[in-house]
Amino acid sequence: MNKILEVRGLSKIYGPGCPQCLESTGPEVDTNLCPHCGSVVAIHDVSFDLFEGEILGVMGESGSGKSTVVKALYFDQAPSGGEAIFYDSDRQHDLFSLNAAQQRWLRNHRFGMVYQNPNLGLNFNISAGGNIAERLLMSDLMDYGAIRERAKALLARTEVLLSRVDDLPKNFSGGMQQRVQIAKALATRPPLLFLDEVTTGLDLSVQARILDLILEIQQELKTAMVVVTHDLGVIRLLAGRAIVMKYGRVIETGLTDQILEDPQHAYTQRLVASAL
Amino acid sequence: MNAMTHTTNAYNFGFLDEYAKKEVRRAVLKAIAIPGYQVPYASREMPMGRGFGTGGLQLTLSLIGPNEVVKVIDQGSDDSVNAVNLRQFIEMTCPGVSTTTKTAECTLVQSRHRIPELALTASQIIVLQVPYPDPLVVVEPSEDKRKTMHGEADYSRLLVKLYEDIVKFDEITISHRYPTRINGHYVIDPSPIPRWDVPKLNDSAALVLFGAGREKKIYAVPPHTRAEPLAFSDVPFRVEDFRDAAGRRRACARCGCTDSFLDEFVADSGSKTWQCSDSDWCDEQLLRTEHPQGELA
Repeated sequence: MNKILEVRGLSKIYGPGCPQCLESTGPEVDTNLCPHCGSVVAIHDVSFDLFEGEILGVMGESGSGKSTVVKALYFDQAPSGGEAIFYDSDRQHDLFSLNAAQQRWLRNHRFGMVYQNPNLGLNFNISAGGNIAERLLMSDLMDYGAIRERAKALLARTEVLLSRVDDLPKNFSGGMQQRVQIAKALATRPPLLFLDEVTTGLDLSVQARILDLILEIQQELKTAMVVVTHDLGVIRLLAGRAIVMKYGRVIETGLTDQILEDPQHAYTQRLVASAL
Repeated sequence: MNAMTHTTNAYNFGFLDEYAKKEVRRAVLKAIAIPGYQVPYASREMPMGRGFGTGGLQLTLSLIGPNEVVKVIDQGSDDSVNAVNLRQFIEMTCPGVSTTTKTAECTLVQSRHRIPELALTASQIIVLQVPYPDPLVVVEPSEDKRKTMHGEADYSRLLVKLYEDIVKFDEITISHRYPTRINGHYVIDPSPIPRWDVPKLNDSAALVLFGAGREKKIYAVPPHTRAEPLAFSDVPFRVEDFRDAAGRRRACARCGCTDSFLDEFVADSGSKTWQCSDSDWCDEQLLRTEHPQGELA
């Protein structure tokens, strides 16, 4: 299997930071707020590998830093430290040493992101088709007919009614908005997709259909994905491997089944016990 | 100051002081060096309201020399209020400068919303007055972000506007201020010229300068530079065709010209007539039909 992403020692600190920040925060001391300088250690020393076509689950309670990990990798927020290497067929990109234009190129051409809140991923002032067109135009496709066809195919694939291609996403239901977001993220057939709490806030039947869709896409396109969620059911269904985070640190990694059936860390044990 | 010798009245030659002119000229040089880039400059207060062509006027007054022949037009016409007032202001503050209404004779044209029909030559400069210099303002309110987008040539959101237009109306409905890519990178707002005039920017022999007084920006399309209106590869850019219901090209009611940009006039009775928007062009055509070639001499 080919490695697609290698993350080493990723960290993000909000605030001035001080030498005692790292030892005064974390799961052992039960906080991510440094008592000495007031900085928030959102994530520290997060390392993982991701292989082609694999789904990696990132789970943890709210505030554990799981969203910060994908936001840093998708260049939404610059990290304070660490490195990430993206293997793009025969090329390697050291993500955090690229300039803004190169980062934007990767974002538009090789990455996809689905946010929990469709407001972040979609432009509500342009039609669903326009949203997908925007991403295709970013990747330099300049043929109107081809863009239109592609947008329709993607929306059909994500089960959005074709009669609503030219409607504004703000008139869509939450589940439909999420499917448009997935279609938009997939528009350029990215080899790497980030999913940040995609099913949170949706009702169970809609959740199930979106999870099915994600699995089908992974089977079809062999897209590697990082799935962030606090929902153990989602992790169990989607992810082959998972990491568990608490107060910005990785406390457990391993195969999903292993983590869910035989959790080692006390927090994971509580998490699994409370969910079942 | 060398140019102080031109001073014949209470004001400096060209109204602006020499430092102000120098700054505008520096901005012009930078604008020419980076085709399509909006160069910020300290737009001076002029004795007229912002939005009445102060940007264009500052460019004109900074570029004008004692032997200049200036033409001022407003929507193609030399006789409309804006053009007449600006021309009188230039005559008043630039003693020795002559003005003309003939496109062929001028060395400097200041224009609002039109480029003359007669092709400009390498010895001429055209200055266009610009109300809104940034084409991205419709998709991004933050100037900071717009600067980044320009720097990275990130115009996908502008293209989405065109896409939405085609979806709704089957064609691009931008009638004026058509976003145009200069030299393969920066997209400019070419001021409110009609689509008809956009192809004239491409590979133009004359230097085209844009001045936005209120927005404090100067930009340029240098001579013989590529200017490509944004479009899709399968939905090309097209100019106004002026066809009537029967598909015939309308002609100017005054001179009969069928290859100029036409203005529509509605009479009190409700009937419509079409006439050349460029008044100098119309006069020339009329002269040519009254005195066919050869008779003039």
